[in-house]
Amino acid sequence: MSSLVAAHTRFFVIEQLRVPIGILASALFPAISMLAFVVPFAGDDPQAATQATGSLMFFGSMSSALISLSIVVSQDREQPWNTYVRTLPAGPFPRFAGRILSGFAVMVLSVIPSLLVGALFTEATATPAQLLIGLVVLIVTGIPFMLIGLFVGFTLSARATLAVSQLLFFPLAILGGLLIPPQILPGFIEVVSPFTPARGAAELLWWVTTDHAPDLVAVIALAVWTVVAAVAASWAYRRDEGRRFK
Amino acid sequence: MTVLARAGDVTRRYGDVLALDGVSLDIRAGEMVGLLGPNGAGKSTLINLFVGLRRPTSGTVELLGGSPQDPARRLGIGVTPQETGLPETLRVGEIVDFVGAHFPKRVEKGELLERFGLSDLIKRQMGGLSGGQKRRVAVALAFTGRPRLVFLDEPTTGLDVEARRTLWEGIRAFHEEGGTVLLTSHYLEEIEALAKRVVVVGHGRVLADDTVDAVRAMVGVRRVSLVAENLPELPGVLGSELVDGRTNLVTTDPDRLVVELVRSGTPFSGLEVRPTTLEEAFLAITSKEGAHV
Repeated sequence: MSSLVAAHTRFFVIEQLRVPIGILASALFPAISMLAFVVPFAGDDPQAATQATGSLMFFGSMSSALISLSIVVSQDREQPWNTYVRTLPAGPFPRFAGRILSGFAVMVLSVIPSLLVGALFTEATATPAQLLIGLVVLIVTGIPFMLIGLFVGFTLSARATLAVSQLLFFPLAILGGLLIPPQILPGFIEVVSPFTPARGAAELLWWVTTDHAPDLVAVIALAVWTVVAAVAASWAYRRDEGRRFK
Repeated sequence: MTVLARAGDVTRRYGDVLALDGVSLDIRAGEMVGLLGPNGAGKSTLINLFVGLRRPTSGTVELLGGSPQDPARRLGIGVTPQETGLPETLRVGEIVDFVGAHFPKRVEKGELLERFGLSDLIKRQMGGLSGGQKRRVAVALAFTGRPRLVFLDEPTTGLDVEARRTLWEGIRAFHEEGGTVLLTSHYLEEIEALAKRVVVVGHGRVLADDTVDAVRAMVGVRRVSLVAENLPELPGVLGSELVDGRTNLVTTDPDRLVVELVRSGTPFSGLEVRPTTLEEAFLAITSKEGAHV
């Protein structure tokens, strides 16, 4: 079974690496934002620079989890190759697991540019232990966004997914305080922010990499979102299989 | 003989459309079976049921003694993907590795590619291959897991004559080593060249299931070929075509047709009456069926 998961993971990773524009799209925007906004305005303040680096790294990983994943899933569903793979002697698990694992790989790749900018051009600091824990938190908190991506990808056509995933992504990122630190968000956004999933992820990231005290409401809200997204994604997956392969 | 795949009184609906209507069919070990039928006859639905992609609305489908939905049963089968959907960015070798990973008893990669004349393409990305090369990769994939039973859907569509013959040799070699094949094709020549047994489906039912010769004889149609301009309406004509200035008419009753032709006073020359090819038999069976509906 594990060799099948490996085969499916390798398949997806190769497929994504051969068309690196998807990864670049997730990686470049946050890295450029780092250079344009964080380096000049918060680069000298270790706490603010570290927090901003964490936020923008998560911005990149969230984009690869939500936008890239939903798009490849919805495109795949329209390919006859997908039908062929279902005739191979394997259940749905290896493919699903391969999708998630390759998603992690792409996610990690897409945060590297922001990390480098933060490390080289700002006062952002983290001990190796903090960095490692930060990366683990980054991956784990990426899961709910992958699940949302899977939900969208399994529910909508490729064309609709393109639009809907972006429509979900940017408001969630802004409400979560990833682009603008929550301290300077307008009052009404700060009221809603803790209840949106990206804020909880950001709170956890800031907590493990700086001495920021996490907002518990946001963390609990993220846990709730994860459960809701898992239920929605598995519903969408089964509905898709049921509709097309009954 | 062992039955490798069996459909028992299978019905399959898609909403209001009845794709299969009480079909029963056994594929026995060592057979090479041709599945014939016009588009929409139910061929693809039948294959999709055998390979576990779909479930019957009613009736039973068995594959290698179990359910086609059970991945363990599918270890013994090979299926061709549609070449239009092969992952563009992957290399030929990578796709063979990926498919091979599903089969513990797989054919070694080099040997498989060699057998289908693909050794030179191992490093090439799928997107850069010609249609015929993609088709050969697709067929090779069906044989990756040393299957007992392969389902070949239109194996040589889009290939030139040379490539088609090479592929036929490969399929025959597999069959001679004891492999079982269920094959669909638009080319009736292909079914005639490869299959011993022909199953004709139309309107979701099995219309004929016999040897190639028997199916041809069963319908007793003849081909009347002649040179003429402006033929009148003639009785019992199932199909007609114009080839190299000759009109070919397929009919169940050539005698009456000729009588009517002479009676009409139409000038003609070069009259020939011949037994039919499988293609003409097939046309006759499916159009007769159409007349009932």
